[in-house]
This record gives sequence, C-alpha cells and structure tokens, in this order.
Amino acid sequence: MSGRLLPFRRSAPRAAASGPASFSSALRGGPRSTEPAGAAAPFPRPSEAPRFRELIVPHIDAAYSLARYLARDATAAEDIAQEALLKAYRNIDSLRGAAVKPWLMAIVRNAYFDWRRRDNGRTVTGPAAEVAMAEAPAEQSSAEDELIRQGDVAALRRAIETIPEPFREALVLRDLDELSYRDVAEITGVPMGTVMSRLARARRMLGERMGILEATA
Amino acid sequence: MSACPDKELLLHALADGELDAGNVLALEAHLATCPGCAAELAAIREVKAQLKAAPVAYAAPKSLYDRLDAALAEAEAPPPAPRRGMRFETWVLSGTGAAIAASIALMAILPSGASLQSELVDAQARSLDAQHLVDVQTSDRHTVKPWFNGKVDFAPPVVDLASQGYPLVGGRLDRIDGKRVAALVFHRGPHVINLFIWPGDAPSDPVMQQDKGYNLVRWGRGGLVFWAVSDCDPAALTGFQQDFAAATK
Repeated sequence: MSGRLLPFRRSAPRAAASGPASFSSALRGGPRSTEPAGAAAPFPRPSEAPRFRELIVPHIDAAYSLARYLARDATAAEDIAQEALLKAYRNIDSLRGAAVKPWLMAIVRNAYFDWRRRDNGRTVTGPAAEVAMAEAPAEQSSAEDELIRQGDVAALRRAIETIPEPFREALVLRDLDELSYRDVAEITGVPMGTVMSRLARARRMLGERMGILEATA
Repeated sequence: MSACPDKELLLHALADGELDAGNVLALEAHLATCPGCAAELAAIREVKAQLKAAPVAYAAPKSLYDRLDAALAEAEAPPPAPRRGMRFETWVLSGTGAAIAASIALMAILPSGASLQSELVDAQARSLDAQHLVDVQTSDRHTVKPWFNGKVDFAPPVVDLASQGYPLVGGRLDRIDGKRVAALVFHRGPHVINLFIWPGDAPSDPVMQQDKGYNLVRWGRGGLVFWAVSDCDPAALTGFQQDFAAATK
C-alpha cells in the first residue's frame, strides 16, 4: 500500500519527447475498455505507484491540456484525463521502453473519443457542434482578433478552439506538446504527409487571426 | 507575394526541424532566391514563436490530482484478506460487493503490532522523497488545519512548535494500514519529524519504540492516535512529544 501517490501541483517540463514511436502496437488493440470515467476498478497488479509517479505524473498537465483542447470543456477534460491516466496506470507494462509522452497522448485521445461516443449529443461540444464550427467560423470578430494580436492568452486559447478538430489536434500535439511529426502521425493514425498538411492548415488559420500569415498561399 | 505552393509543407517542416539535410540544403538554396517563400517561413516561425511565448497549454486543476490520488490510493489499498478473525463468507464478492467488502475491511482492521510500526517507518522514508514530503507547505497552522477539511473525516490538531525548536513545515495525506491519515511535518535541525494522526484510542502516556533505526513515539488524546516518527535522537523526539501534547492540551 502507499500513501499519497501524486505530488501536489508539479509543473510539467516542456521537454520534447521524440523517441522511437513504437508505442502504437502497445496501444491499438490494447486498452480500449469502455468503463465509465473515474471507475476505480481493482487493478490486476500490486503497486505500480512508483513507476506511475516517475513516468506518468510529469505528463499530467500535458494530458489534461490535450483533453481540454479536444473536448473544449473543462469538466469533460478532467473526466477524460482521469480516465486516460488511470488507463495508463493499469497498462503501464505495455509501455516497454517506448517514449512515455506520445504513448500517454494516444491514450488521452482514445479516451476523448470514448467520451464523445458516450456523450454524443449531450453537450454543445459534440460532433454536431464540430461541424457547425467548421462550417461557420464567422464569429471571429475583429475585436477578438485584436485581443489575439495583443497576446491575450484567453483569446489565443479560444482561437485555437475554433480550429476544426483534425487541424487543432495536429497543432496541439506538435506546437504545444512538441511531439515529432512521426509521433503525431502514430497518435492520430494518419500518414506523415497528412499531419504536415493539417499542421499547415491549423497554423494558417491561427496565423491569419494573429495577422501574421496571409489568407491563402 | 506568396510562397510557392509546392514548397509550403516543406517550409513548415524546415521551421519544425523535421527536414533531412538534403532537403534543408535544397530548400535554403530556393529561399535565397524566393522572397515569397522566405516571407512565408518567417511568418510560420512567428506563429510558432507566439504560440510558444503564450502559456496556452492548460495546467491540470488540483481537483484532477485529488481525484487521481483517491482512485489510485484505492487501487493501491491491500486486498480484503480476512484478518483479525473477520469472516468474509457472507460477502457476495461480485463487482460492487467486492468494493464494499474492501472498504469495510479497511475500516474494520485496526492497525496493530510490529507491522504498523514498519508501515509508519516506510511512510516516513517515503515522505523524505522530495516530491512527497508535504502536500500543503506552510508554517502557518491556520493554513494547514483547514487544508485537511474534507480530506479526512476528523480534525487533526495543528500547532507550530517553532519556538520550541520544531518548526512546522506543512501537512499531507498519507495512508496507513489502508486508512487515510493526516501527517504533519516538522523539522528538528536537519531531521524531519512526521506526525501521523488518525481516529482511535491509545493511552495518553507516550510509548517510545524503535524500528529500522527510526524512533517512534505513540500517544493518544481526544479520540485520536498520534505517532511521531523521526531519525532524530530519542531525547529530541520525546521533547517534541511533550511540547506537542502540551500545546494541544
């Protein structure tokens, strides 16, 4: 048994985790259970707490941040991150030397899709809202853009949230989590060329609103 | 003036350091003669720089840490093995039944004997791991005491004994024998004293013991059990016990 497993509020290092991306096989076909978020089911093995603390805890912020940008909802992000982190805890053996951060980000992304399936239609951030947002990026007011240009963090976050999902996801994984193209491709299950074009699209949408990139090349 | 369409993705890859040497050379040669692509590259770098400069990544809220902590502590709790003559035949060990059995077992098992002392010493050693010493770090007892509200179902007395040579460092939650307990952390010179507190009955007269080179002193007061654990010398720990008991009279 153990005491408190997590240090309180530890700042996550912004280190780029760009190791070999051999984590996909460990994940796909692995943890895809559909148990409800927060379920503390009995775990198969005894204490994995030290490894969890060493390997996973430094990435808790990154896990939450990805969940937050995917779900665009603070409460949902917490549920998703918790489910993903517990899943990581249960499946820590499947890590086998792969880089921790991309492995964990893939679990978070899966947990997000699980949540979206469960949550379908219940919140405004469901797929319907996704489509609406992708089709009508009209609410980007000039006042909002002015805030972005002044470096207002909240406005910048809102701007990232208005980027349609596949592009937003590539941007967050690459520019916030500093993962390699290869890692992003593995996590999102698309070829590297697709990652590159999604990233370019996302940066263009953001760059336009920052007043940096021209509308269309 | 805009970038060459066939170069756009390469410009992003260059800005990201994802191009191999051959492509870098070729693209740089092109950039030297193409103002459109050069401007595009500068713009891409500017977008990246602004994203990096602004703290747009979210930090996990404390509530997530708390929820994880609770879930993992649950997961780490010992299996509901029958101890102290408890009989489990009556439990229906299906999904939730097992969970209920586990939690009842945790409440029912009183910590006792040598294993408890070892556990306290382990908790002491664990707490010296720098990340783990305190959850709430402050010498202000008025901050530490309310911090335990809602985290444990009792109110641990919190006093600062700085003037007696035992400054309060902070508090944290710990888990002893499957129970959530309060731990107060004090310093004695270079030594750390962990004071574990949980509800229970113990004689008010202190009892001193040793385990694995650590000194432990136990006493009871007001329906709470206190265990102070430290590697400081026995006299200092005895002094701590007397000062703490006097301050909480």
